[in-house]
Amino acid sequence: MVDVNLSEAEKTFIVHGIQDNFREDGRSNEEYRQMDLETGLMSNTSGSARLRLANTEILVGVKAELEEPKPEKPDVGRLEFFVDCSANAAPEFEGRGGEELATEMMNLLYRAYSASTVLDVSSLCLQSGKLCWVLYVDVLLLECGGNLFDAASIAVKAALFNTKIPSVKVRQEEGEETELEVSDDPYDVRRLDVSAAPTVLTLSKIGHNHIVDASQKEEACCLARLMMAVTASGSVTATVKEGRGSLDPDSITEMMQVGKRVGKAVNEKLLETLKEEEQKGLKRKTVGFLR
Amino acid sequence: MAGVELLSDQGFRIDGRRPHELRKIECRLGVFRQADGSAYIEQGNTKVLAAVYGPHEVRGGRGKALHDKVVVNCQYSMATFSTGERKRRPRGDRKSQEMTMHLQQTFDATILTTLYPRSQIDIFVEVLQADGGNYCASVNAATLALIDAGIPLKDYVCASSAGFVRDTALVDMNHLEESSGGTELIIATLPKSQQIVFLEMNSRLHEDNLSAVMDRAVAGCTDVYNVLDTAVRDHVGETAAAIGGDAA
Repeated sequence: MVDVNLSEAEKTFIVHGIQDNFREDGRSNEEYRQMDLETGLMSNTSGSARLRLANTEILVGVKAELEEPKPEKPDVGRLEFFVDCSANAAPEFEGRGGEELATEMMNLLYRAYSASTVLDVSSLCLQSGKLCWVLYVDVLLLECGGNLFDAASIAVKAALFNTKIPSVKVRQEEGEETELEVSDDPYDVRRLDVSAAPTVLTLSKIGHNHIVDASQKEEACCLARLMMAVTASGSVTATVKEGRGSLDPDSITEMMQVGKRVGKAVNEKLLETLKEEEQKGLKRKTVGFLR
Repeated sequence: MAGVELLSDQGFRIDGRRPHELRKIECRLGVFRQADGSAYIEQGNTKVLAAVYGPHEVRGGRGKALHDKVVVNCQYSMATFSTGERKRRPRGDRKSQEMTMHLQQTFDATILTTLYPRSQIDIFVEVLQADGGNYCASVNAATLALIDAGIPLKDYVCASSAGFVRDTALVDMNHLEESSGGTELIIATLPKSQQIVFLEMNSRLHEDNLSAVMDRAVAGCTDVYNVLDTAVRDHVGETAAAIGGDAA
């Protein structure tokens, strides 16, 4: 994790602020920072999204590839997650320095999307046991400004929403090899239904309170975090406790309640934003990093 | 050339450019707040981000520090989704390691290294989308990032490539032109003094044609320089205006 060094006095200031539901940047404990989201900006991916959450910058690219399904699950396609912490974000990530954080993020994404209800992976299968779509979801962390897990998961969901899979016709005649016809018409595509896909919500325990969307400074004061993957309907698909400190069962229950409520709101807002952006269609100009 | 015609009878290239035309360059300085300097550049469909950290204390053991000059540390990596076919690893493969080395040599020759003995400057380059001219875009982005970080340079370093098709030299090759297997000459220059700090050529070329191709590439570098210089001046002007100063 990228750490900032804080003195005891600075930490006390942050903790006292949180006690009074008034954080160092003026937010309340359950408030998110400003988000800036853009989809469909990388032309050689099937779907992409860029998310900027204050100082945190994430770029996600999804590539759809035709492969053989796993032998133990012959009837479903699959998602493969990969996280890369770019050295652009912090010099410590140079070489293999970012791998620990990347693995942690990767595992959480796999866990969040492991529930069968979140995404209809069976529709990604074209021919049982022989051919299916594999969606390679590649997350690139470009700048760290706290709350990386939430930001990454939101960007992933947005990129999946943006993903366009070309339609494929499979023809099989008696005794012959199967023939594939992948459409090259950019409008003859299939979209994924991401309405039940989760986003991660991290609750950081600071003092006796818990906050959402911790900044980097606040993360330095936090002893334990509860990360959960919440869907738009408010169901939780994964939960992970992380950090050096410990949590008692009562506070976990309480945090879960807050997490569900805020997570639901985040998901609703996200879908709304994505649909709004979609409606602009071709008139929308992609800005990317040129802002 | 097999299959595709890289230069039409009318003198147009596949993407509609004339032989001497660069792809559209768009760039921005100061993309990130945490890095000491950062820049983003788009050359056609090639998109590159660069970040500069330092000069700072040498990381990873004091043994690496040099007593008379700064350590220039580079890393080149490509996003796994940057290429047509998905890459398995963002860095560490032979190609990226070679790129890292080339960047290091290029900037070692350009940064006024003697000003910061016993220190280190990090240059991190991330290719977000690759469509030919990755080295050139990386160098141009890194130059902008170094300028944004305020690190003293001898001059801008501008890179450009040139190829040779149907007796004509083509500047700033895109991916399709690069992968057709013809000649490609990559050059990085210091535009003011017209010094070449990096040169690489793939495939064979008749000696008689070398100077034509080289001139085209050097002219490309000069064109790149003009674009970069305008971007830097605009950026400095905006920053100066924002803090209430007088734009120079």
